[in-house]
Amino acid sequence: MMTLETIAEKLSLKCKCCWENLNREVTGGYAGDLLSDVMANSEGGDIWVTRQVHQNIVAVAALKEHAGIIIVQGATPEQDTIDKAQKEGIPILISALPEFEVVGRIHRLLYPEQG
Amino acid sequence: MPRVFRCNLHMHTCLSPCAELDMYPEALVREALACSLDIIAISDHNASENVRYVQSAARDTPLVIIPGMEVATREEVHVLALFEGLDELASLQEFVYGRLQGVNDEDAFGCQAIVNEQGEVEGFNEHLLIGATDIPLNDVVDTVHSLGGLAIASHIDRPAFGIIGQLGFVPDDIPFDALEISWGLGIARARQRYPELGRFPFITSSDAHYLKDIGKACTRMYLESPSFAEIRLALASRDGRYILE
Repeated sequence: MMTLETIAEKLSLKCKCCWENLNREVTGGYAGDLLSDVMANSEGGDIWVTRQVHQNIVAVAALKEHAGIIIVQGATPEQDTIDKAQKEGIPILISALPEFEVVGRIHRLLYPEQG
Repeated sequence: MPRVFRCNLHMHTCLSPCAELDMYPEALVREALACSLDIIAISDHNASENVRYVQSAARDTPLVIIPGMEVATREEVHVLALFEGLDELASLQEFVYGRLQGVNDEDAFGCQAIVNEQGEVEGFNEHLLIGATDIPLNDVVDTVHSLGGLAIASHIDRPAFGIIGQLGFVPDDIPFDALEISWGLGIARARQRYPELGRFPFITSSDAHYLKDIGKACTRMYLESPSFAEIRLALASRDGRYILE
């Protein structure tokens, strides 16, 4: 079982909120910055990788029951985004790496058999 | 005498890199008049240098020009900012340029011509106008309001740079004065598609980047006179002013 905690550790992510939920299982992943697309195509249990920092990301992640959100490129979420994530229990993790790198590394962790 | 005025509150000039060079002030005014428009707003991407020249070009005509700008927020949501006068627009412009990175590449994105009312090129805007500012959406709306302007979410139904495409839905806490619907969809069908947005006034505009598109759409407003103050009343549905849907 792959957890948020393992991903956070392997990718050296900085957790901004909801540490208590890092034991959640990650069953898949989705990358996207257009929230309409993420709403339409992502799935429950996904780790969502995005560059978008507006507080609507929390609503989308809660609605789709994502395991958590990774914000890439070292972007800083707005305080209201963090507050809302805290309330919804959605962990927000930050990576200094670009989206492509983050997705590649998570993909290798989730699907090692695909090389 | 109160009557119905035809308003097109979103169009570009040749200052926007994605608009054609033929969208210079005098040609744009001529075409707007030919399309029987009463009020137009000039709203170039993150810039406003051509607004006063369009006003000059329209000086001896019945066409009223509302100063405006289409700001790209940090979320890459496009927001129309409309003002009564050029001073408020200049204040927003200063704020926007302070938060907009990059230099335009004409070959890649197009030319950004500042053209006066005589059709003479005054210069070229060097900023990367096709880019986005790093100003959060809420701050753009708050700044426009603090300057006495109107903030309207652009083409909310469009997959690119519309608020629903970028952010999934219209956040509850943003006090937009109206939402703009693309001419292809129109207000009536938008009302059916977005019942949850019933609290907002809808307008529709041509968002013209080409002369031939200027007349593609307009919003009909019942006003006392063609002015910014009257448009504000119509958006708020106050004092007998309103939008005809």
